[in-house]
Amino acid sequence: MSAVDVEMVGVKAIDLTKSYGSVQAVSGIDLSIAPGETVALLGPNGAGKSTTIDIILGLSRPDRGSVSVFGVPPASAVRSGWVGGMLQSGFPPDLLKVREFVTLMASYYPHPLRVDDVLRLTGAQEFADRWTKKLSGGQAQRARVAAALVGNPDLVVLDEPTAGIDVEGRHEFWEVMRGVAAQGKTVIFATHYLEEADAFADRIVLIARGRIVADGPATEIKAKAGSRSIRATLPHVDVESLRALPGVVAVERHGDAVVLSCSDADAALASLFATFPEVRDVEARGGTLEEAFLELTGDENGPRAEETGR
Amino acid sequence: MSGATHVRYEILRTFRNHRSLVVTLALPLVLYYSIAGGNRHATSAGISFPLYFMTGMAAYGAMFATVSTGGHLAVDRSRGWTRQLRITPLRARTEMVAKVLAAYLVALPALALLFLAGVTLGVHLDAAQWFEMTGLLLAGLAPFILMGLILGHLVPGDALVPAVGGLVVVFALLGGVFGSFFNGAMLAFTKLLPSYWLAHAGKAALVLGDWPAEGWILVAVWTVVLAFLAALAYRRDTGRV
Repeated sequence: MSAVDVEMVGVKAIDLTKSYGSVQAVSGIDLSIAPGETVALLGPNGAGKSTTIDIILGLSRPDRGSVSVFGVPPASAVRSGWVGGMLQSGFPPDLLKVREFVTLMASYYPHPLRVDDVLRLTGAQEFADRWTKKLSGGQAQRARVAAALVGNPDLVVLDEPTAGIDVEGRHEFWEVMRGVAAQGKTVIFATHYLEEADAFADRIVLIARGRIVADGPATEIKAKAGSRSIRATLPHVDVESLRALPGVVAVERHGDAVVLSCSDADAALASLFATFPEVRDVEARGGTLEEAFLELTGDENGPRAEETGR
Repeated sequence: MSGATHVRYEILRTFRNHRSLVVTLALPLVLYYSIAGGNRHATSAGISFPLYFMTGMAAYGAMFATVSTGGHLAVDRSRGWTRQLRITPLRARTEMVAKVLAAYLVALPALALLFLAGVTLGVHLDAAQWFEMTGLLLAGLAPFILMGLILGHLVPGDALVPAVGGLVVVFALLGGVFGSFFNGAMLAFTKLLPSYWLAHAGKAALVLGDWPAEGWILVAVWTVVLAFLAALAYRRDTGRV
């Protein structure tokens, strides 16, 4: 591999395949992540996100395929101190205080950040002298984030970092991570919260049943799923003649209002105005990421929506 | 980026585990006083009973201390800490060295307390005998530290205490730590156990005799085999197959 390639590639995975017993966890994942990119691995539970992350971190060996981190095998990247991670079930050891835990994590890395700075950044300062076993869920999460960042790694990998955290805690967490990403770090995180992926990632890799079903910026994924809808007030027109318009896939009527689901919203709009000049209150909107998610993953249960009071 | 901080914190954590420490250090002491206290003028195998039983209880106490210290790994594992360590630059070797050192550091006060208890019951030894006894006991403990680590890797956290207790009692009884009950083929078998040599350590030192080559070889073989198994258990544990 030439020096140029090494510089260009953060994480490169080729054809990752891994099964546990008869369960195919991932089948043929190809992924190329540039240094400095922030990438969300989005998918329903059991889609293969954690397996992919375990392989990138060198915790798990793929049955087939290969992965490199900054041009070297994951284990070498980890040993060089280039990688910091927050695992789904990695809690601080007992019998230490939070500050000691973060100090311990810092000691493993060649160029760590200052422990106090990281405690302050993550908001773990307030309970730095508390025992790791006595932390609330939100506090433990902050301590773990501090531990993942204190080594000053180039690649930060987070496996469902905000699971079980309240909305406020989640926003604070992403505020911190935004700062980390702004320093040019490569960030990979797994989530099943659409809003997180949409708001924070440069790029979303949508995973379902062990495969990548879409890969691109959030807007591109929404577009790829294709569905856009038009709402309008249009009484006295039967549903059948609306469905016959070019670009329209399905029509719903709610009293005087109609909702057209479109494969080609532009064509549908043009013909709607041409055919029914009496149409009023026309409103076109793009598909939501949630609709794209459902369409692309074919997941009946859907992703878990963020528990905000929307 | 050396492992010094890790080793220091590992030892700190071990000595902060007060409940476990108290039990580990107190149990052999209580046993010693309650049994040897009433037999302080008796003799066994030609030596005073308090001295004879002190060496056995020292071996038992140190075994108990080291196996339970290694076993604390089960807690690290259940909290996901062993897996988290795998994604830091810390070497597995440093991790193991830290555990072994911590276990030895708990064994030392366990031995010292028993020796002190022996002295209060009239045990008299010269410096060379104390040193040799301590040295042989520490050497004989190596396999037990590794057994503790393996238990920590294999046994779920809530089954750890009975597992540690059971393992230590079985090895102690068979090895003759509480007194030798065996002869013939059974004695020959128990000589293959590391606990036999641990029990033997105290007695060998009383007359200032080292272990025979057989003892050194057996302890070395147990240590090497268990170290290999501990490494396997470590790998099985931290990777998801």
